[in-house]
Amino acid sequence: MSSPTSGNILPGLRFRQRFPLLALILERFVLSIILLFAVSILIFGGLEALPGDFATTYLGQSATPQAVANIRKDLGLDRPVTTRYIEWLGNAVQGDFGTSWASKNSVSEQIGKRLGNSLFLAGFAALISVPLAVGLGMVSVHFRGRLPDKIINIISLAAISLPEFFIGYLLIMFFAVKFGVATFPATVYESMGFADRLKAIALPTATLVLVVLAHMMRMTRAAILSVMSSAYMETAELKGLSAFRSIVKHAAPNALAPIINVVALNLAYLVVGVVVVEVVFVYPGMGQYMVDAVTVRDMPVVQACGLIFAAVYIFLNMLADILAIIANPRLRHPR
Amino acid sequence: MNDYTKYLASRVTAGGLSRREFLGRAMAAGLTLAVADKLFTESARAAEPKRGGHLKLGLEGGAATDSKDPAKFLSQFMFCVGRCWGDMLVESDPLTGAAVPALAESWEPSKDAATWTFKIRKGVKFHNGKELTIDDVVATLKRHTDKASESGALGVLGSIKEIKADGGNLVLTLSEGNADMPLLLTDYHLVIQPNGGNDDPLASIGTGPYKLTNFEAGVRATFEKNKDDWRTDRGYVDSIEIIGMNDATARIAALSSGQVHYINRVDPKTVNLLKRAPNVEILSTAGRGHYVFIMHCDKAPFDNNDLRLALKYAMDRETMVEKILGGYGKVGNDFPINSTYALFPEGIEQRVYDPDKAAFHYKKSGHSGSVLLRTSEVAFPGGVDAAVLYQESCKKAGIEIEVKREPGDGYWTNVWNVQPFSTSYWGGRPTQDQMYSTAYLSTADWNDTRFKRPDFDKLLLQARSELDESKRKELYRAMAMMVRDEGGVILPMFNDFVNASTKQVKGYVHDIGNDMSNGYVATRVWLEA
Repeated sequence: MSSPTSGNILPGLRFRQRFPLLALILERFVLSIILLFAVSILIFGGLEALPGDFATTYLGQSATPQAVANIRKDLGLDRPVTTRYIEWLGNAVQGDFGTSWASKNSVSEQIGKRLGNSLFLAGFAALISVPLAVGLGMVSVHFRGRLPDKIINIISLAAISLPEFFIGYLLIMFFAVKFGVATFPATVYESMGFADRLKAIALPTATLVLVVLAHMMRMTRAAILSVMSSAYMETAELKGLSAFRSIVKHAAPNALAPIINVVALNLAYLVVGVVVVEVVFVYPGMGQYMVDAVTVRDMPVVQACGLIFAAVYIFLNMLADILAIIANPRLRHPR
Repeated sequence: MNDYTKYLASRVTAGGLSRREFLGRAMAAGLTLAVADKLFTESARAAEPKRGGHLKLGLEGGAATDSKDPAKFLSQFMFCVGRCWGDMLVESDPLTGAAVPALAESWEPSKDAATWTFKIRKGVKFHNGKELTIDDVVATLKRHTDKASESGALGVLGSIKEIKADGGNLVLTLSEGNADMPLLLTDYHLVIQPNGGNDDPLASIGTGPYKLTNFEAGVRATFEKNKDDWRTDRGYVDSIEIIGMNDATARIAALSSGQVHYINRVDPKTVNLLKRAPNVEILSTAGRGHYVFIMHCDKAPFDNNDLRLALKYAMDRETMVEKILGGYGKVGNDFPINSTYALFPEGIEQRVYDPDKAAFHYKKSGHSGSVLLRTSEVAFPGGVDAAVLYQESCKKAGIEIEVKREPGDGYWTNVWNVQPFSTSYWGGRPTQDQMYSTAYLSTADWNDTRFKRPDFDKLLLQARSELDESKRKELYRAMAMMVRDEGGVILPMFNDFVNASTKQVKGYVHDIGNDMSNGYVATRVWLEA
């Protein structure tokens, strides 16, 4: 029975059998790290392949060959790609993203501020949109096929069909220009008080909520509806539970996995995908920071932003997977 | 009242001209003493500059990558920020473009214009309380002319051989005569800093009317009034806030909702919509920037002057100005100089759209088949539309143009200055000499039309060291004719700088030097309550 190799495999197997959940989480974690590493190569290689380089782009038409050569030498751009990649990755792992080529400021420090701003906006949008979406989803299941369900559906479909910049412009036009009730632009700065900050981000938050609401709401609705058609829901109904109670107590927990997934995806979008919203509302977040850097090929900044965006995405997806596994024990034992 | 006296009156209104100065200049411009006197009293009373208030600007062009080091100023945002806190040695007159004193009180060239002596103003204080000395001036210029410098002014100052102090004076020795030396010192990178900014280039300490109080790159810059300013004819508002707004719609929304007082870069496509807002004023200033179609004079088929002429006659300039610039611009005449330059050669016949002449030259050139034109949206706003319009106007002359739309990313590296026929944009330069030296001198790095003519180069060098203005004007005329009739540039239009403000903003100076009142907008306007 026992071969020389089985002794090595067995402890692993045993660990897996004894702590299936922990093993799964660890596995996801390691996979995420590998994925992040692969992304870092892609980011670095992709930027390397872009046409135009920092020295010429930054100086534009005022560039003289002398100034271009000075900058290239100064930044060590004459060294091989692999050397620069390894050096960059080594520092990035320690949280040091170097200094911006254009402004000579520490990238980590800048990102600290910008990421804070982005998370503030995204967090606020999430705080409003997630409960609202899940709640509306349940309401629309409860009233399915009737007027409230239809109204919720029409409005959310309309919101999802409009691009976010358009929603943003509409909100600006009505609330800032026509009625003059909202603050615009949504520029926040360090010395700003919390109340002013909240006022400033009202419009971009509303835009983001409208953009992600429909997606989460419709997913919640669909997931609960699919559970509703299963046999145990019929049992719940037969044993006389109220409709709302059966949705909240029996259907919703079983529909959690897909809901968590779509929520995580939308949270990631709120952090990573708000570039357009940040530009429209003149909000100094990560998106705007990265756009500025790409324009002048400020590589350390672009690389850092890319890596952080990737990390946010991977982390939230991992979290969604893990939560889904916790919520649904059946997923712990893949067939 | 002509433009010049109107301008003089506005300077009186802004507090920039004394009665004596005004009367002198107005009478020189042809007004009688009585009329001039009345005008002075009226304009002095009409809009006495108001002091105080908080001015908010929403500007395009800021980026998180902006540096506070004047040597690295690049964006429109930093251009304006630098003008608020810093001073140069020389400024340019908003209306004539001539050099006028700033931190340099006066200057004197040697006979061959190769040595220049600048007298530095006394009693000027930096924001940190330190007095401005000749050493600060020398250190500043040395920092910007260092060969290892990354300064944006490095190219402009290339001909300076030696910088030294002589008592209280600055002495510049050039490798060749240059009659325009004072104007070169108006470059916005050349902010005079304590010890030339060598100690801390990012400190933003200068002699300007405002002190920088807060700065977040690409987001926001705030200023408070410098109480010790050495000039009284500027800096009317108490504090300034400049907000970076790169989205055109955001700028328009911010202005029409009254959240900012002034915005730059109004899109010609939407300017007519903005005009309808009741509290908004469009500020359009004639500029030196121009949109070009460039042909390489040394590559077939463009090495044939008849073909180049055919393509020039086939350009409908009026339609271009109307459709692409929304009327906010002037027609060009196939050379890169317009009347905003000092010593502009007047009286050169305007080239107009002439399909017959175009067809004649086209036939004479012996070329057949289509001509490939590369373009992109980044070449200039409306670049692709302009190429298609041109294609239409060429069709009437029997010339077939094939328009190829190139990706915006990499356009400046892969297409402009590489491909033989493309669209592009040139910002203006402070002097004719610089414009020609940058793009038309045989040895120029950016000679994007491959215009290589030894006789032209000779004229350029001759004009550079010529101190007699009328002789210089003649030389510039000859050069303009050469570029116009034999060069590789089709220059349909000069674009105006189109900005906008709320009606509260008064005293705006339409400066021909550059956009946003040559960057001085925040220091020149005041707010009407």
